Amino acid sequence: MAVSLVDGDAVADVIESHSSTPGALLPILHEVQDALGYIPRDAAVRIADALNLSRAEVHGVITFYHYFRSEPPARHVVQVCRAEACQSVGADALISHVRERLGCAKQAHSADGRFSVEPVYCLGLCASGPALTIDEHLHARMTQEKFERLASRLEEQS
Amino acid sequence: MKEVTVYVPKDSAALAVGADEVAAALQVQCATRGLPLNVVRNGSRGLLWLEPLVEVATPGGRVAYGPVTPDDVPGLLDAGFLEGAPHALRQGAVESIPYLASQERLTFARMGVNDPLSISDYEALDGFAGLRRAATLDASAIIEEVTNSGLRGRGGAAFPTGIKWKTVRLAEGPQKYVVCNADEGDSGTFSDRMTMEGDPFMLIEGMAITALAVGATEGYIYVRSEYPHAIASMNEAIARAEAAGFLGDNVADSGEAFRLSVRKAAGAYVCGEETAMLESIEGKRGIVRSKPPLPALQGLFGQPTAINNVITFASVPIILSRGAQFYRDYGVGRSRGTLPLQLAGNIKYGGLIEKAFGVTLRQLIYEYGGGTRSGRPVKAVQVGGPLGAYVPESQWDVPLDYEAYAAMGAAVGHGGIVVHDDTADLSKLARYAMEYCAIESCGKCTPCRIGSTRGVEVIDRITAGGGAVSSQSEQVELLRSLCDTMLNGSLCALGAMIPYPVLSALNHYLEDFRIVEPAHPPVAS
Repeated sequence: MAVSLVDGDAVADVIESHSSTPGALLPILHEVQDALGYIPRDAAVRIADALNLSRAEVHGVITFYHYFRSEPPARHVVQVCRAEACQSVGADALISHVRERLGCAKQAHSADGRFSVEPVYCLGLCASGPALTIDEHLHARMTQEKFERLASRLEEQS
Repeated sequence: MKEVTVYVPKDSAALAVGADEVAAALQVQCATRGLPLNVVRNGSRGLLWLEPLVEVATPGGRVAYGPVTPDDVPGLLDAGFLEGAPHALRQGAVESIPYLASQERLTFARMGVNDPLSISDYEALDGFAGLRRAATLDASAIIEEVTNSGLRGRGGAAFPTGIKWKTVRLAEGPQKYVVCNADEGDSGTFSDRMTMEGDPFMLIEGMAITALAVGATEGYIYVRSEYPHAIASMNEAIARAEAAGFLGDNVADSGEAFRLSVRKAAGAYVCGEETAMLESIEGKRGIVRSKPPLPALQGLFGQPTAINNVITFASVPIILSRGAQFYRDYGVGRSRGTLPLQLAGNIKYGGLIEKAFGVTLRQLIYEYGGGTRSGRPVKAVQVGGPLGAYVPESQWDVPLDYEAYAAMGAAVGHGGIVVHDDTADLSKLARYAMEYCAIESCGKCTPCRIGSTRGVEVIDRITAGGGAVSSQSEQVELLRSLCDTMLNGSLCALGAMIPYPVLSALNHYLEDFRIVEPAHPPVAS
């Protein structure tokens, strides 16, 4: 898969800006993902070359951390907390409902690629659960009714 | 008409329930009505069930209203809330709300009072007084003060902070580091997040004092990727502190340099383990290191490194400004000072409660928390995050202190308290603990990597029942034996402590594992 010239420049700029950062791999991966939404295979190869690491090492780091993506994300990403504090106020039922509602019951992405639903382990909103994020915006004290309003708004957007 | 100052928190817990929308509605409504308004975005007071908690500055002090929604704003203005007038949402003078007034806020004293990113507001409330004093002291005198305060690591391990710093101070190395562990992954905890969002200069001050004490010139704050607001707040606060001379080439005129930067983590729970965190900062997978060598001697990039949790660093400024004795006068036994506790889960009044050690769970759950949010009876309380034990009612009167908790097979940890009502199934929560460990294990040691998956399977076999009765009890024995192996054979706290929730579930809630009593006892008596 070829990276477009623009993407290539973006990756080169990120690598260049970290030429003197100690332990630069994670900061570089973050910035590439911030810019492109994920870390394309070609970008990983270029990062490995620039940092004098093997491709396996870079691949190992990308796949070790839950936050990094090797594939483009859906247009809207919903992350539902399933840690204990949110479980105690109904997170399991909420995540099932969210998956069902957005067409992600059987797979991570909806068939039209618009939505994906992912579990997340703690957003630090443990006194106001259940909590979720929609495209990185936080929402707490979530109910199925509140989610319905948010879901309708998302559908209008896309 | 005189301009009125209104405070609308920008803590994540307030944003997540619509604080930005409330602030916007206030601006729009006041503009329409021609009311001059000054909106300050403060941190949160930690009364999280009241968020968004809007405060109005009146001549008689700050009056709180909450929880406010954007739809409430016109009604509040009609009622005259800008003068502190009565309204259904009025909570009274904020400082006299009993939940807040009865706390012992040392570390969280400034929380929610002002704009967290204003250095002048910070200094007006004793900010940088500790660092200014430290800048005039010998390194050994700073360490002595911290040692005498009795401060122990607030991340969970409770190691005496002064002793750790002394080790780093005496270690040989061309470059020393101070690293803040802000990878607050425990469910039920948010005091690190609140500190970074609500009083970031306090963390910077604590780390700068540490740097002077141990002789470090570089520092990192390793913050979870799940905390974007905390990352933004710390980055801005570091830039401002540098511009004001509290970081940089000459920290608070001490003649010493200290540079600080934020490292964004990437969603691996195990990186809250200090050596995995160091690997991550170095740009590698977060694989736990074998100890020794201690990170104090060979830590980040192989150099002597002082690693502490956010709350440990945040406790240091007041120890330096008010003295060791002031701090150690709080607490019980060998647990000195205060702990910011986080009351979470199925709880009516959840929030941040800073108390001296010695408070009991019963006080926290009922006097502060008001029982469950669902209104059902409390069944189990997990203290100390996913690696903490489920504490049954018989132990709710044990004073919260490191030794007392260790003696009953539990851990205070990072002070997170997650309440479950009587609909909770402890076998499911025990299974979740093992499942979580399997997802988050770094994979280096076998008990954690394999044991967690075997743990899920064994719990499934127990709860599925079906087999002969003896096999069900054999599986329980197998689970206990597996827990023993993980407890004693794992390299770090993840594998070694995940048995805590599992064993406590077995010990106190065995009925949830659906053990079928034999119709005829296997051994005739």
